[in-house]
Amino acid sequence: MSTSTATKKPRARGERGPLASVGLHVTLVVASLIAVFPPLWLLVTSLKPKDEAFTTDLVKDFTFSNYAHVLGETEFLTWLGNSLMVVGLTTVIGVFISATTGYAVSRFKFPGMRPLMWLLLITQMFPVAVLIVPLYNLLATLGLLNQPVGLVITYLTIAIPFCAWMMKGYFDTIPVEIDEAGRVDGLNPFGTFWRLILPLAKPGLAVTGFYAFITGWAEVAYASAFMTGEENLTLAGGLQTFVNQYTSDWGSLTAAAVIVAVPAAVIFGFAQRHLVAGLTAGATKS
Amino acid sequence: MTVLTEKKAPAAEEVTKAAGRPQGRIRRALSTHWYAWAMVAPVVAVIGVIIGWPLIRGVYLSTTNANEANVERTIGVNHIPATYESVGLENYTTILSDGVFWDRLIWTLVWTVSCVTLSFTLGLALAVMLNRKLKGRTFYRMALILPWAVPAFVSVFTWRLLFNEKNGLFNSLLAGGGIDAIPWLNDPTWAKLSVIAVNVWLGVPFMLIAMLGGLQSIPADLYEAAEMDGANAWQRFRHITLPGLKPVSSTVVLISGIWTFNMFPVIFLLTRGGPGDATEILVTYAYRLSFVVSPRDFAGSAAWGVLILVLLSLFAVVYRRALRKQGDVW
Repeated sequence: MSTSTATKKPRARGERGPLASVGLHVTLVVASLIAVFPPLWLLVTSLKPKDEAFTTDLVKDFTFSNYAHVLGETEFLTWLGNSLMVVGLTTVIGVFISATTGYAVSRFKFPGMRPLMWLLLITQMFPVAVLIVPLYNLLATLGLLNQPVGLVITYLTIAIPFCAWMMKGYFDTIPVEIDEAGRVDGLNPFGTFWRLILPLAKPGLAVTGFYAFITGWAEVAYASAFMTGEENLTLAGGLQTFVNQYTSDWGSLTAAAVIVAVPAAVIFGFAQRHLVAGLTAGATKS
Repeated sequence: MTVLTEKKAPAAEEVTKAAGRPQGRIRRALSTHWYAWAMVAPVVAVIGVIIGWPLIRGVYLSTTNANEANVERTIGVNHIPATYESVGLENYTTILSDGVFWDRLIWTLVWTVSCVTLSFTLGLALAVMLNRKLKGRTFYRMALILPWAVPAFVSVFTWRLLFNEKNGLFNSLLAGGGIDAIPWLNDPTWAKLSVIAVNVWLGVPFMLIAMLGGLQSIPADLYEAAEMDGANAWQRFRHITLPGLKPVSSTVVLISGIWTFNMFPVIFLLTRGGPGDATEILVTYAYRLSFVVSPRDFAGSAAWGVLILVLLSLFAVVYRRALRKQGDVW
């Protein structure tokens, strides 16, 4: 950085004195440490033998035994499979169903649009508490408790309003001139949507899908209430069984947590720029 | 809306001859709007079935005395029909005249306001720092968003590990410095501070990224002009940065306000609402009523749910105002 030269000539715009530079870096380093430390400690703990989980030193007896135990002797892989299936299905169905709606509310003014936007807005902020009891009773009546299908239906109540809302934001960023060109060339609205807009919106679809995925991936309340019995749990529920009032197997918990977190974090790293852009679309464009 | 969409095909053909007469308006509307309606039909139908129907049932349940012992259920081969009955608005009067609801409401508001304020302030401060020429900028950025990248329930377990009263890292470090162990999650006040701290830790990255995006959309020549006119750093921040960030910040503050208000996993996994019900927010308390306490009080929980929804609808009105100010037309 230019701080070393700054002392010799008058400081240019945007340059800092050495003191300010040090302060800036110290603050950022402290903040980064706070941000990184808990996940790092998770990783460290997972590499310690079970009975040393609470020691304060870094890895003294390096071991993969926790990982071996989690993968080989617990239901972890079943939970992982359950989670992948439930959340994957939710994402695909959610994005598929809501894409056309996002397009319609982004492009057309039609009677019923306001109520629909209200509906999407309010259902998006539905707290779990509103639907959890009636959904529980309905699923019980239909025999869908403990069934992945039941959880998929439940998650769609979260995913659909959210996906429609995000897709609208994305379609808003695609110039209307493209639609108009399509109409001039004789495409009807469905043709325009399918042939012109949807291919352009692929990044938007991906980001929406990804966001729906991580929302479902981290969902705890419905999963804890609707799924019981070891082999039916999803990850959020399954990990709770390692540490509860009866047992506290922190070794297994941390190892499982690392396996869950690493791929999520890596994918997240790639997608994060687009995430916020999608959520705050409209707010930043002007 | 769905009803209308079913008629779309014939209406589209009859469009020309029908204009002008009383039903003509409807037909004309159909002919211009049928494709829009057809496009939104799937979502409207699905929302109606999987949200609308449970919602109506939930509102109905909240006016009954349904609990674990009297709902419809199947035990082995015996099917037991529901025997709960309507009690009118009794659940609501009980809840509203009881101190528990108001206690939980006050704590939920304290929780929401302090979490959002703290994470917004920290996120903004870090964003301003990162939005300069800086060595290691990418590194800091990656490090700072890590709490968002790790699934929340995983992070919460980590914090429980660190907060553990007997031998968690924090207390071990304190012991090393000769300080008595702090009951991080087992004392009402400490537990409240701890859950807020964890949630702020989880929330800062979102604010940071959103604010960075906002900062980058502020034209640089505004700062140049201000500097020419002799504005100092604070004045530039106060009169250019803050107003420039207003659209983004109002959106993210509202979004994260709603998220925090409904933040189930942090409370549920960190403290289970305890000690006692000290850290129980409205949402987790409603969950406790229907799935934790015995007998499960379905009707009471449904009534809590409806009350929470009423509160959130107020949020929605405010949120929409904010969207309108930014030029959303609907």
